[in-house]
Amino acid sequence: MTGSGRVAVLGIGMHPWGKWGRSFVEYGLHAANAALDDAGISWEDVQLVSGADTIRNGYPGFVAGATFAQALGWSGARVSSVYAACASGAAAIASARAQILAGMVDVALVVGADTAPKGFFAPVGGDRRDDPDWLRFHLLGATNPTYFALYARRRMAIYGATSKDFAAVKAKNSRHGAANPNARYRDVVDVDDVLASPVVADPLHLLDICATSDGGAALVLASMDFARRHAASLPSGGTGKGIVSIAAVSTVTPRYPNTVIEMPNFATDSAACLPSSSASGNEQAGGPAGGETDEPAAAPTGGFRSQVAAAAYEEAGIGPEDVDLAEVYDLSSALELDWYEALGICGEGEAEELLRRGCTELGGRLPVNPSGGLSSFGEAIPAQAIAQVCEVVLQLRGGAAGRQVAGARVGITANQGLFGHGSSVVAMR
Amino acid sequence: MSPHAPSKARVPAVEGWFVPDDASAALLGGRCRGCGTYSFPRAPLACPNPACRSGPAEEVRLSRTGRVWSYTDAAYKPPPPYVASDPFEPFAIAAVELEEEKLVVLGQVVPGVSASELYVGCEMELVTATLYEDQTNVYLVWKWKPLDRPTSTPSGGRARR
Repeated sequence: MTGSGRVAVLGIGMHPWGKWGRSFVEYGLHAANAALDDAGISWEDVQLVSGADTIRNGYPGFVAGATFAQALGWSGARVSSVYAACASGAAAIASARAQILAGMVDVALVVGADTAPKGFFAPVGGDRRDDPDWLRFHLLGATNPTYFALYARRRMAIYGATSKDFAAVKAKNSRHGAANPNARYRDVVDVDDVLASPVVADPLHLLDICATSDGGAALVLASMDFARRHAASLPSGGTGKGIVSIAAVSTVTPRYPNTVIEMPNFATDSAACLPSSSASGNEQAGGPAGGETDEPAAAPTGGFRSQVAAAAYEEAGIGPEDVDLAEVYDLSSALELDWYEALGICGEGEAEELLRRGCTELGGRLPVNPSGGLSSFGEAIPAQAIAQVCEVVLQLRGGAAGRQVAGARVGITANQGLFGHGSSVVAMR
Repeated sequence: MSPHAPSKARVPAVEGWFVPDDASAALLGGRCRGCGTYSFPRAPLACPNPACRSGPAEEVRLSRTGRVWSYTDAAYKPPPPYVASDPFEPFAIAAVELEEEKLVVLGQVVPGVSASELYVGCEMELVTATLYEDQTNVYLVWKWKPLDRPTSTPSGGRARR
C-alpha cells in the first residue's frame, strides 16, 4: 500500500500504569495533554476526539470520548466513543483513522484510560442470565485465567512447551519493563521466581498472569499532508527521521468456524459443516438443503489470531520478515508464544525454540514486548492497545531509552478483545 | 459435594442447556436444518455459518462423551456470580471435543478429580452434578467425568475412538 492509506502519529502520551485508585478521567486527561505537548498541537486544533470506552466506571466510561472532551474543555470537536473489550483502543484508533482518511478531519486525539478493580475481572453486576460473560462465571466459575491456562496446557501437550518456557517469557519481559518508567512492575524476576509463585490456573502461576491496572494512553493522529506542513512549521523542522505513520489497523472478526475456545464462550464453533468433515455422519453438509445453503466454505487457515495479523500485514503491504519489533498481548506468558506463531515470526510449534534462542529478547532478531508487555504493565483495558502503539512509535523514533530496538523502522501490535474483536496496528517510519 | 435435605428440589442452574437426568445427562445443543452445523448453546435465532441463511437451529442432544482438548483448574475462588462452596474447594475444568459435532465444550470436572489426573486426549463423559444449593433448591449443572472412573451412571454415549 502506498502512503495514501497512512495517517501520521504526531504525538504519544501516557499516564504511568499502577493501582492509583483515582478517576480514569484524570489518567486520560494526563495522557491527552502529554500527547498534545509531544505533538506540538493545541487542544483547540483537534477536530475529533476518539475515546476508548471503559465499562467499569459508570456512564462517563460509556461515553469516554465526550468525557475526555469535556475534561479538556468543550471545543466543538467531533466525538466518537467505541467499545471493543480489550481491543477498544485499536477500535478508537480505527475510528479516528477512518475519519482522517475520509478527509473529514485533519487532526484527531485518541484517548483510552481505565480504573480497574482488584483481582479477577468479574462480569458487570446484576442478574443477567442471557449474557454469556455472566453465565460463564456463574455456571463454570471460568475466569479469564481459565481460558489462558487452557491454551497454555494445549501448548504443553501439542508442542512440548514447559512451565519453564512460560516463566522465561515473564523473565524476559521483566528485563524489558525494568527500563520503562510507565511500567507498573519494574523488578526483574527470573524463572525460579515465577515457578515459586502460587499456581492460579494449572499450569499457570501467579507471575505468568497479567494483573489489572489503572492507566491512560493517548495519540495525536493527523493526515499525512497536515503532518508535513506541521513538521515544516516546527522550529526544528521536524525530527529528521521521517514521519512515523500508521499503515494498517486490523479490526477483523473471526472467520467461521472459530475452532479455538474463546472468552467468554462455552463452546467453539462447530467444524461439522465443512467439506473436510463430510465423513462425520453429517449427511446434510454441503447439500442444497432447500436452496438455503450456499457452497460450503473452505476451512479458514490458521486461528483467529493468525487472521488478525494477516489482515494487518495485507493492509500494510508487508510481511513478518519486514517487522523489527512487536508488542503483543501477553495476558499470560504462554499466550505471548501463541502470538509469535500468529504473527508469522515462526512456524506452528516453534515459539518455544524462538524464545530459547533469545530471538525475541532485546538485541535478538525480532524483540517482542520491548515495553515489558502486559506482564510489566497489568492491563488497563481501553488504554492498553493505545499504549502498545505508543511504545512502537517511541521505538521507531529511536527514543526508547534503555530498551531501544536498534534501527527499528517497522513495528506491529497485536491484541484480541473478547466477543471476537481483532486488533493489530502496523506503524512505520 | 455436601449432603442436602431430601426435601430440596433439584433444578437446573440454567434452563434448556442440558438434560439434568442422573442416568443420561446430555447437553442440549442446536443443529442447523440447512447446513447441519452444530451449536452450543443452541443458536436460537439464526445459523452461525455465514454461508447458510437458515433460521433457528433444531434442538438436539449432543454426544455424551468426548476427548479432552485441554484442561486447567481453579485454585482460587472465582468471583460472583459464581456461588463458591465454603470453604472453597478447588475444581478442575475441561474443554472436551465432541467428535461428531466437531465442537469443544467447557465444563467443570466432577469433584475429586484434579487437573493432575487429566491429559489431552483423555476420554470423558457428561454427568449431572450439583453446582450449588440454597435453602430451597439444589442447582444442577453438567460436568465432565473421566470415563475410566467408576461411575454411578450408565454410559449411554456412543463409544469414541
